[in-house]
Amino acid sequence: MAASRDDFVIAIRSAFIKKGNKQRFSLIGLIFFSIGLLILSKISFPVTNYLKITLNEIVYRSSFIVSIPEKKIQDLSNKIKDHFNVYNDYLLVKEKIKILQSKKYNTQFLEEENKRLKKTINEYIYNSEELVAKVLIDKNSPFLKSIIVNKGSKDNVKLGMAVLDQSYLVGKVVEVNYSTSRVLLISDLNSKIPVGIEPGNIQSILTGTGRINGKIEYLETDISIEDNSIVYTSGSGGLFKPGIPIGTYYQETEESYEIVNFFSKLSQLTFVKLVSFDESKN
Amino acid sequence: MSSKFKNTIGNTFLLYLPLLLLFISVFNEFDFNYLNYQYFSFNFPFILIFYWSLKRIETLGYGFIFIAGMFNDAVLGFPIGISSLTYLIICGFAAYLRNITLRPSLTKDWLYFLFTILFANSINYFLLVLFFSIEINYYEILGNIIFTFLLYYIFAYIFDIYRKILLRIKV
Repeated sequence: MAASRDDFVIAIRSAFIKKGNKQRFSLIGLIFFSIGLLILSKISFPVTNYLKITLNEIVYRSSFIVSIPEKKIQDLSNKIKDHFNVYNDYLLVKEKIKILQSKKYNTQFLEEENKRLKKTINEYIYNSEELVAKVLIDKNSPFLKSIIVNKGSKDNVKLGMAVLDQSYLVGKVVEVNYSTSRVLLISDLNSKIPVGIEPGNIQSILTGTGRINGKIEYLETDISIEDNSIVYTSGSGGLFKPGIPIGTYYQETEESYEIVNFFSKLSQLTFVKLVSFDESKN
Repeated sequence: MSSKFKNTIGNTFLLYLPLLLLFISVFNEFDFNYLNYQYFSFNFPFILIFYWSLKRIETLGYGFIFIAGMFNDAVLGFPIGISSLTYLIICGFAAYLRNITLRPSLTKDWLYFLFTILFANSINYFLLVLFFSIEINYYEILGNIIFTFLLYYIFAYIFDIYRKILLRIKV
């Protein structure tokens, strides 16, 4: 019994403490170093923050270069799919254009009317600054849904900026480095966005599911929402301006939670707009 | 014959190919996630690190594994040090198995690998969720563990062939 315990101790000691053949570091030393780094990250020690920013700058660029062959294969497969679907897409687009053209004039009128009414009631008007950024890394990791864009603090990117694909919300900036930034996508489990659902201006919170859609949370039980209602940002909390379209709402079954299908295809982002808003009184 | 092959560019490439693969896989995260099969993903660095730590640790080296972990954290947006710790835990388990094994068997290694990745992922999950308050879908992790475990057998078989080539040319 004692001999087998000794064997165990010797095997453990040999595995963790002794430096192996041609090894500069012992395993246990590096494990303690990793734990130390984690603790320093947790308490936001300045040196680890600088280390992180430097590492991010190097890694994001390198990762972009290393990912080029995989991206090319992915693009090629998407192109082939597109070619096969071209006729069906054409018919769909033709139909959509017809509908949109009829809506366009209506929208223009409503926009002007909205501006006039806001002036009348002395409501805030939102000024926005836009910045177009290229998506460097889009990893679709099983753990975190985020992308890296090629704009950072040198381009005046700020934490919390809204990230749009055309006019649809796709995420917010959660990490800013010197020339790159990380955007947490709205599909991530950690993303929580105050939203309003139209018609009815029903206030709620949109959370990511970690997949391709989102879900509505903290909704009162007696409220019923029609399928295909549109989900917009509500502007609560002041981070985003109200009215940025996000997706359409639907409930699969009575028991299941409410799903939001995003307007933007989050796995196909190539260029995005980083937008900051500020409120000004009339 | 073997000395003739030593120190050529080809041999150096062969020798460092697993290390190169490790860095490419952490930079690129190639896990076929873009196929969009629900829950299908696997952790190639885990397979690579476990196999080479078990069979021939000097090919990768603890220092490089530590650095690869830091790069992986930067790519995934995790707190710096978490992947390094996970990778080094895998190295520790592999080194322990190496020390106690007299007659290596792929099936035993395979089962031990399952235990190792379960432990390593538990540490990873515990730190991310409880220590850093990052929400993670544990079904995704479970899928990742299962596919990593299943694919280990195939990759280990390929690496065995590769290791035999290395032994033959004595690099």
